[in-house]
Amino acid sequence: MDELEKMLLMQIADLHKVPDGAYNIRKNGEADGRRSTPHIRIEARKDGKAGIDIFISKETQGESVHIPVVITQTDYRETVYNDFYVEDGADVLIIAGCGIHNCGQATSEHSGIHTFHVGKNAKVRYVEKHYAAGDGNGENVMNPTTDIRLDEGARLEMETTQIKGIDSTARTTRARLAANAELVIREKIYTHGRQYAKTDFSVTLDGDGAGADVVSRSVAAQSSRQEFYLRIDGNGKCHGHSECDAIIMDDAQVVAIPALAANNVDAELIHEAAIGKIAGEQLLKLMTLGLTEQEAEEQIIKGFLS
Amino acid sequence: MLELQHVSFAATDGDANKEILDDVSLTVSERFVAITGPNGSGKSTLAKLIAGIIRPTQGKILLDGEDITDLSVTERARKGISYAFQQPVRFKGLTVKDLVSLAAGRKITVSEACNYLSEVGLCARDYIDREVNASLSGGELKRIEIATVLARGTALSVFDEPEAGIDLWSFQNLISVFEKMHERTKGSILIISHQERILNIADKIIVIANGKVTKVGSKEEVLPNLLAGRICPALQN
Repeated sequence: MDELEKMLLMQIADLHKVPDGAYNIRKNGEADGRRSTPHIRIEARKDGKAGIDIFISKETQGESVHIPVVITQTDYRETVYNDFYVEDGADVLIIAGCGIHNCGQATSEHSGIHTFHVGKNAKVRYVEKHYAAGDGNGENVMNPTTDIRLDEGARLEMETTQIKGIDSTARTTRARLAANAELVIREKIYTHGRQYAKTDFSVTLDGDGAGADVVSRSVAAQSSRQEFYLRIDGNGKCHGHSECDAIIMDDAQVVAIPALAANNVDAELIHEAAIGKIAGEQLLKLMTLGLTEQEAEEQIIKGFLS
Repeated sequence: MLELQHVSFAATDGDANKEILDDVSLTVSERFVAITGPNGSGKSTLAKLIAGIIRPTQGKILLDGEDITDLSVTERARKGISYAFQQPVRFKGLTVKDLVSLAAGRKITVSEACNYLSEVGLCARDYIDREVNASLSGGELKRIEIATVLARGTALSVFDEPEAGIDLWSFQNLISVFEKMHERTKGSILIISHQERILNIADKIIVIANGKVTKVGSKEEVLPNLLAGRICPALQN
């Protein structure tokens, strides 16, 4: 592994070396290392599509799986399918992420399609980071799709972060929750330059006692554009809460289109949305502490996305 | 020493509600200086002029002899002026520790941050990682605001109605915060207040009415008249 690849791995997975536990590293479309453990089995797919199947047994308690993707070639496009099978009662941390370093003139693109089959009362924490860099003029494109199915009493917590360098992204997340299942999503996005980011969440709360909490915080700077779509369907005695909070700067544009659909009289659904520039008072307060306007802005954004 | 020379302020944006100031001259060199006066008399405008949030339409502001009239908020802060907002600002995402660290101008340890919070009567461990957002009450925010000024420890600290919203926390504690602050900074503390108990600790009281300084003097000189003449504003025509 060269220095560039190590840097990308550090950005997306905080990895400085080969991780403990199970892992699969994908580099420019090829497996660059894989390890299964007694409780977590990683295998190539059998249906001919690119990607892996990850089997997490019910004995898994507090273990982790790292599945980073690194792309350093220009003019490289791939669609990868990763399926997670989490058995009843398992407790696992999954760290995914994609780092692209595109020095060329052409587009590099990674579309990761992750499907989670989470068994009864299992707990999953899923952390996903996207990062891109490059000194060429090639575009970096990432289109992650996440498909989540939670059985009764299962819980999935998803942290998804896109901070730098992705020119275009369409992020689609679908979830279907059985009774007493719980879904928590925390999304953070920062776009600048001429970047475009689209987020599309769709959560269906099928069973009684199911709950979802989806919070998106984003900052759109310069001439970037963001679109936020969200729909929560409540089909039982469930509770759904979503919040999208965006700071808009310069010539950026943000569109937020939330939708709530209650199909049961006991469904409780709430949405909060706010788009606005940084409040002048916030800047002033930090300036009275000795920060310049620029420094104040940076601190406010850093805090907002932390 | 802070000096205002013939400072006037008139709202230029047609906002009739904005307080005006008319030819105000005063100095602040004592330990505690209190500015008092009826609502709408121009007290908060004065505090904002000193912090640099608004600029005078006429006159000069000097800090230790240096003309700071045209300096920005940031430049004045760096020269040693602190300003506690009457209505503290909320921040989504910034924690109490972040804010106190920014005020101190350096990365501070958890125990340092805790010291500042304890001084304003907050149990530090419960607050240090909380966001300075809408989940905090007005009184909590106000005390955190005072803690940021403590953390700065500058030669001049301006408090705009620090007692407002200090629920369940006695004036005596607020006063002891000011006293400790002075012990550390050896500077001046300028307090805008209506509260007799705060005026009572002042070495100098400045009374402002209708945008003008109407009286300056020691508390012995100013307080008796002020209290005798205090009429419920609702009864004034």
